[in-house]
Amino acid sequence: MKVRVDYDRCTGHQACAIAAPQVFGADDYGNATVLIEGEIPAELEESARRAQANCPEHAIHIDES
Amino acid sequence: MTTNPPVTDWATDYDIFAEEYVREPWPIWDELRQTCPIAHSDRWGTSYLPTRYEDVVAIAHDVEHFSSRGVLVTGPRPGEEPEYELQPGEEIFANISAPPITSDPPEHQWARRLILPIFAPAAVAKYEEGTRELCHQLIDGFIADGRADSAHDYAQQIPVRVIATMLGVGTERSDEFTQWVRGMLEVGAQDPEVRVQAFRSIIEFFIGEVQDRKENPKADLITEMLGFEVDGEPVPEYHILGTCLLMLVAGVDTTWSSIGSAMWHFATNPQDRQRLRDEPELWPTAIEELLRAYSPVTMARIVAADTEVKGCPMHEGERVLMAFPAANRDPEVFDRPNEVILDREHNRHLAFGSGIHRCAGSNLARLELRVALQTWLERIPAFELEDPDAVVWAGGQVRGTRTAWVTFPPGSPRS
Repeated sequence: MKVRVDYDRCTGHQACAIAAPQVFGADDYGNATVLIEGEIPAELEESARRAQANCPEHAIHIDES
Repeated sequence: MTTNPPVTDWATDYDIFAEEYVREPWPIWDELRQTCPIAHSDRWGTSYLPTRYEDVVAIAHDVEHFSSRGVLVTGPRPGEEPEYELQPGEEIFANISAPPITSDPPEHQWARRLILPIFAPAAVAKYEEGTRELCHQLIDGFIADGRADSAHDYAQQIPVRVIATMLGVGTERSDEFTQWVRGMLEVGAQDPEVRVQAFRSIIEFFIGEVQDRKENPKADLITEMLGFEVDGEPVPEYHILGTCLLMLVAGVDTTWSSIGSAMWHFATNPQDRQRLRDEPELWPTAIEELLRAYSPVTMARIVAADTEVKGCPMHEGERVLMAFPAANRDPEVFDRPNEVILDREHNRHLAFGSGIHRCAGSNLARLELRVALQTWLERIPAFELEDPDAVVWAGGQVRGTRTAWVTFPPGSPRS
């Protein structure tokens, strides 16, 4: 699993970082950042999915391949 | 509070200041979503009230047709005559709005970018310890009494002091700041004279503070804002005054209302207090759930060009009341929306709005809400409403408790 933030949609609610603090963080403007480049460890996958399901702007993309 | 004619038809004649709407709006929204999802009223000027999540989101994202130049739920709209005559020396008042909340693109982008770093998660974290100490001091003041007004003696005292500290204006005048903010958003929502007086007081105060920082720079937000530039030019002073106004007005009533409502929830739901004691890892999700269920803020938009939403025609200059709290109770999006579920898995709530105007202070608000609740529950684990019928709610623009006496076994102040 890999995750990606769509910056055309993200407005900095930080819902992702609350749901998955080990996967998502914030930049200096409070917009989402991805803390893990590349594959998300299996034990964090569930939290990453929860982050996607909690984003009010639908800005989190998950690549399950 | 003025007495307005009672509402008999919520779909065509709603009144967001009606006693039943302020006290318990959920059944009204539930019915409107079914029967007339975009309600209409000519009270307080023509306005529309969308109550479905998808409509609120669509309008919030359509910044071309829905302007943020007027975000108050009542009062004059852009282009209408101001409610007061400018006095000598008040010329600058004519240019003052509250950027970036009152900005549309393209101004919105640079105005927001200036202030976002102030409220980023890492930037607000440094206020956590001070906020916790403040909460402890407030509790020390009443814990031996075995009773306190959870709204007035606790919730109301917290955000105003945090934002005053950030701005660098001192906490000594907190009661006055609170009165001004209530004048703008609460009492003034139905009384233009009060609103104008509050606006004047706030702007006159900040004119003095800005002048002072020009002569005596300090390590505070006002000094920092005086250094703001856009396209290599200093940001105009009226813009800085407007942003000061925004930080005070938007940072006080809103968060205090959220803390107050959450206190009311814990006073009336002992099982949820117990659950957070047993499962403290639930705090982050619990905070989001309390924000969803008791979202305090309704913002307005002004129709910028004639348009239609779900077949409902809206005309230029009319007002739309962005019922984010109603969207957050929409059963199409939230399972069992009228229940508070502290471990709710999926919660795309709109307590902080939707789209480009997402509340800039959201990270600070969350911090204050969490610290206020955690500190209270740590010191006063069991408490209940003294008289549920005596709880006073305010609403309209911002919904929350204003008087909510609670009783508890007396404790000891910290030594």
